[in-house]
Amino acid sequence: MSRVALIGAGQSVFSRKYPGSLRELVFEGYKEAMEGAGITNSDIDATIVCSAPEYDKQRSPAGVIAEYLGLNPQPTIYVESLCSSSSSGLRLAYSLVKSGLHDVVMVLGVQIMSQISSAESQERMGRGADILWESPFGTMMPAYYALHAQAHMAKYGTTPDDLARIRVKAATYGQLNEKAVYRKPVTMEMFSDPENFISGMVSSPLRGGDCCANADGSSCIIVASEEKAKALCDKPVWILGIGAASAPVNMVGRDGFTGLSVGIEAGRQAYKMAGVTPQQIDVAEVHDCFTIAEMMAYENLGFAKPGEGKDLIASKETYKDGSIPVNVDGGLLSKGHPVGATGGSQIRTIFRQLRGEAGDIQVKDPAIGLVHNIGGVGLYGNVTIFGRE
Amino acid sequence: MAKKEVDNRFSKFGTVSFADITHVNDFIDYLEQGKLMGTKCKECGKVFFPPRADCYHSLASDMEWFEVTGDGELLTFSTLSYAPTGFTEEVPYTIAVVDYGEYRVFGRIDGSLPVDELKVGMKLKAVVSRTPNDKLTYAFQKT
Repeated sequence: MSRVALIGAGQSVFSRKYPGSLRELVFEGYKEAMEGAGITNSDIDATIVCSAPEYDKQRSPAGVIAEYLGLNPQPTIYVESLCSSSSSGLRLAYSLVKSGLHDVVMVLGVQIMSQISSAESQERMGRGADILWESPFGTMMPAYYALHAQAHMAKYGTTPDDLARIRVKAATYGQLNEKAVYRKPVTMEMFSDPENFISGMVSSPLRGGDCCANADGSSCIIVASEEKAKALCDKPVWILGIGAASAPVNMVGRDGFTGLSVGIEAGRQAYKMAGVTPQQIDVAEVHDCFTIAEMMAYENLGFAKPGEGKDLIASKETYKDGSIPVNVDGGLLSKGHPVGATGGSQIRTIFRQLRGEAGDIQVKDPAIGLVHNIGGVGLYGNVTIFGRE
Repeated sequence: MAKKEVDNRFSKFGTVSFADITHVNDFIDYLEQGKLMGTKCKECGKVFFPPRADCYHSLASDMEWFEVTGDGELLTFSTLSYAPTGFTEEVPYTIAVVDYGEYRVFGRIDGSLPVDELKVGMKLKAVVSRTPNDKLTYAFQKT
């Protein structure tokens, strides 16, 4: 069976307010990926543009972006699954290449969120949930994840400090990431300082420091067939396993709130396809839109047993030199979360890690990496496993 | 020429309603009578809350209504200090999921129940009420 590889990956700087247009922002991630891959746009057979609708003013962005990048007349397709849009794009690119329809497919993720206010974006995010039966109660993303944090605390005795430790780790590495929004240290003391926004309650038990921030940003991943990858690239990164799942949108359809079923199911598929176990993962990027989301990911992906995620972070096993480094690029918590671009940014980090090109955050000699990317409140889940060989 | 009347009863649901038409608009009439109702498939007996017009199990669209009564168990909750557009006047408020065994119900905790008394596992009941802007809703109260 022929394999599918990544031959390039890039992202823009993530920022609170990008001083330019959507197409210009996409160009930044595209440029880094194309320069790194050393290819020209005639090598690209198709593009997949990934974002969540209604944050950006541009409707149907795929056409506008393909034209700006000089990628006409190749086909372009728009894909969305909220915050996991670009992982869904990767899944589609994988199948287009695997089928033999295309040899090289580019996955572009993008979001400009600063064109609307924070309250407006919370309202739009809330409408990524059930608009008939939940949104009329005034829901928003932090509140949905807070429901999970409350349940996790009630069942396992997890504490607000356990969650805060995840933010402290994120900030440790965010400081080293020149593309991250937040590059300042975060300490446990800041979580108990009433004057600091980090300690302010957003939706109990989640505090300011437990939440990632909206951002503007773009990402770009170049996917190729085995034959093309070998011809065009010295160090391709191989897709070993690719899993995806969905779950009931309304919270009443969920069997529990201490984990996300889509993370478990997508992980199960990816591990099975790759033929690896959680203990074989050398470096991981997980979807930490909130600290509780990273805690649940530890447990849902098998890095820790249910309820023991707090021990994994307390013992610093998810730091760069620990047994399973997680989000050593700062994660969504430090990088910021430009919804459609996030999955591509996670994939870029693993691409660089497996090629030994991650600089200050390089994990020692990783062979297998994992990306866990969630859309909505565990509505969509994508887990992808990558290998150096 | 008279305009055709639109059945937009669902727009009466919640502080801000994002939809105004569904095939289960009768839900609103029941709320007006003080009843919180779900649907049950007449073909296969499957129970739905929130109510649905169609059963993915039997493929039938023949439902009967049932009332949400008795005690449920609080599964989880969160108090919002910030709110999305349209709800900022109402903070703080608490959302919750309550388990009734055959189905679960999502909604708000009634303002009469102090947040510091809430505990996962406690018994609650759903009661039909009005939002501050006088729209129809329901909330969980102590049993």
